[in-house]
Order: sequence, then C-alpha cells, then structure tokens
Amino acid sequence: MGSFKLGGMTFGSLFKKPETLLYPLETKPAPAGLKGHIVNDASLCILCGICAKACPSDAIVVEKKERTWAIDPFRCVQCGSCVRACPKACLAMDSAYTPIATAQSCTVLEVPDPKASA
Amino acid sequence: MGKATVIPFGPQHPVLPEPLHLDLVVQDETVVDVLPQIGFVHRGLEKLVETRDYNQFIYIAERICGICATGHSIGYAETVESLMGVEVPKRAEYLRIIWHELSRVHSHLLWLGLAADAFGFESMFMHCWRLRERVLDLFEKTTGGRVILSVVKVGGVVRDIDATQMAEIISVLDGLKDDYTKIMNTLLTDTSVKNRTVGVGHISTEDARSLSMVGPFARASNLPYDVRSFGKGAYGDLADFQPIVATEGDCYARVKVRCLEVLQSIEIIKELAAKIPAGDIEVAVKGAPADGAQASNVLEQPRGECYYYARGNGSKNLERMRIRTPTSQNLAGMTVALKGCDLADVNMIILTIDPCISCTER
Repeated sequence: MGSFKLGGMTFGSLFKKPETLLYPLETKPAPAGLKGHIVNDASLCILCGICAKACPSDAIVVEKKERTWAIDPFRCVQCGSCVRACPKACLAMDSAYTPIATAQSCTVLEVPDPKASA
Repeated sequence: MGKATVIPFGPQHPVLPEPLHLDLVVQDETVVDVLPQIGFVHRGLEKLVETRDYNQFIYIAERICGICATGHSIGYAETVESLMGVEVPKRAEYLRIIWHELSRVHSHLLWLGLAADAFGFESMFMHCWRLRERVLDLFEKTTGGRVILSVVKVGGVVRDIDATQMAEIISVLDGLKDDYTKIMNTLLTDTSVKNRTVGVGHISTEDARSLSMVGPFARASNLPYDVRSFGKGAYGDLADFQPIVATEGDCYARVKVRCLEVLQSIEIIKELAAKIPAGDIEVAVKGAPADGAQASNVLEQPRGECYYYARGNGSKNLERMRIRTPTSQNLAGMTVALKGCDLADVNMIILTIDPCISCTER
C-alpha cells in the first residue's frame, strides 16, 4: 500500500517539534520589514498630501486647514506607496499588524504647526 | 445505456475551492456531456484601470488571484514598461523571476496537497502544505507579505534581496527539495495513486493543440509549449531550459509534469541566485503612455501562458487592460477530458487541470 511509503516521514513527525504554534499562547516573531501598518511621525509631516495622491485605495485623507492626517486602516492594503512617495520620510511601515477592532474607525493625527510653536 | 440525467457539480463543491459550475450529463455512471458555467466571482477588475493610474493599478492586478499574485503584478508591470519604453535594471529582472518561481513552487505544492486530499491521501496533503509554508515564510522575510507581496512596481522592484537572505532562500530550498523528493517519489510510484490517475481524462496531442491548451495541462499531452523557453528577461540567462513534457496525456501525466516542475523551479532559483548581477533595482518612470500606444506581453504563470494587453490614451490612466488567463484557455480541454469518464473520476480530472476561476473571471 502506497500510504505506508510516507510512513517514515509521518511517523517521524510524531517525535519532532510541531510545525504549528499554539496560537494565541505562542506567537511567531515578526521578521524585519513585515508589512503591518503605516505609522506617521506627525512632528515631521508637512501635510503636503503626496501620500494621499499615491494611495491606490484612498485610505489617507490630509486636511491642511484642520492640520490633520488620517488613515483608514481598513482600506489600507499595505502596499507602501505612501512610504516611498513621502518627501519628508515621516511615514514608515510598522511590522505590527493592525490591531483587532470592534468597529471601523480612522486613525487621525493632529499635525503640530511649526509656526505656532516658533 | 440508461436514461440521460443531469447532475449539477458546483459552484460550491468540497473538492474545488473555486466556484466552477458544471452540468454533467450522465448515462449510468458515464459522463456523456459537460456544460461548464462560470460568472460567480466576476469583480470587474479590468474596468478599474480607468479609475486608477498605471502605478496604482499594479495592486489591483496582483489581487486578480491569490496564488498567481506575483505573476500578475510582473505581467502587468512588464506590459506597461513595454508600453512606455522603460528598460528595467537586470537585477530587478532577476529578483522578479526569483519571486515568480518561488510562487510557482508554492502554487504547485498547494495544488499537490489539494489533489492528494481529493483522492483521500490526507497525510500527503498535510506534508505538502507543511512544505509550502516554508516558501510563504521566505516571502514574508524577503517581501514583508505572505500571499500578496506588493513587491513589484512599474520600473523595477521595491525591495532587494541581500546576500544573507539569498543564502537563506537557497538553504531553505535545499531542505525543501529533500523532503519534497520523498513526497514526489511516493506519489509517482504509489499503486493507489496510479489506479486513480493512469489512463483517466486522456487528451491527445492533436486535441491539446487544436484546443489551444496551455501550461502543464498541455505539456502533459506532449505539447512542449512554455513561455519561459522564449528566454525573456532573466530566463534568457539560464544555461539550459527545457519544458517538462509527458507523453501520456492523462491525469497521471499532469501530476508528473507539475511534480517535476517544482524541482525545475528550485533549480532555476538556485541558478539565478548564483548569477544575479549587482546594481539598481528600479528606474524612475515618469510621464504617461502615449495616446493610442499598445503593448502586449505573455508570462508563464503556474497554470500556463497568461496574456496581457494594454492601451494608453495619453493620460496616467490606461485606456484598456485585458488579461487572458490560462484557465480560460484550458476550460475547453477540460470538457473534452471529462467526456466519457466515470462520474467518480470527475473530481480528479478537474483537479489535475487546476482551474483558477478567480483569474478567469477577474
């Protein structure tokens, strides 16, 4: 019977470390560069809106008058277009996945006005 | 012969995750006619090319199919690059092909697991998917994504693979090859597998040619057609590339061709990793495709030849994007293979053709 030909490999699996993890008790460490979610360092942001134009899923909304930068994590497809387009390098891809939420909401950041602080 | 009866197969069926519906006309236990029907997952993705610019559409193109995502992004990017006369750096071409061949390994391993599951070989299903996980881990480490990689852009790629990561890819593939060879030898020499596959769903070479079949389905009918043998991009730098063919034209031949293609892909990755040149990984692409400019491109996806066509209109949004997928080519062959088979063999024949309906409908 052919099914016994894989027997060695299958039998050996009984004594090896399991391939799977006991999630959520065990979690896999995130490798460097994992595409989790977009973070913005608001202190560097100049609200130019280039990231919003580059975004293929219209997830980013920049309001210059209100001085807010907002991202909808439920629309974001983690392509990294905004990170590459940002002229001030204030956007970055964080390796942690978007946290689980009970309702859809946007992450809104208030960008400080450099003139006001000066 | 008894009275003809129509038995519906799908669109929801345990053996096939894809929504394909077949009306099987059955007399006694023999299938005498097959009427396929698709249209359950049409998303109108080609139309979206009018609403997104050519840089943004690549993320839609790679969502056409979860398994051939890398292939679709490469196929689309190459088409737009040829539309705009962009020459991609050599290193980027190599990196694209390395990821594309890795996705072929993962696609074939996924298929092999599903096929083993279809004929009741549960432990092989587990082993195949265990090995596939190693490829997905490589994707995660080198691109940051497991299925949707988003690593190809018009003009090159967005990430490089450094020497350490390349060495890790090679060592993982070497380990995978050892385990995979044991699985493959079991599958190809196993009596119960042969009983289910040998002589089932036969397609002759003439039929394969006249029905314009592509991919492993055609190559299993002794039709040596493989787009990779055209030598485009990094494939041209391979020392030797011969499409894997089989002469039998039955389910066993299709299993054999796909099994051997995994080993072939591993060898291609190892050769390209050894030859990869240093240099840039992208070039800046500016401007828009000219009004009326047209370009077409072919790419060997895991399931066969995929054809891309694009037309510009002078703006950043393309006028038209058309993709002809391998499964739409192979559906006609599938109905021919099904005619005259036993009802119990329908699952096996459909799986060895490996239809991807999400690709076909887009």
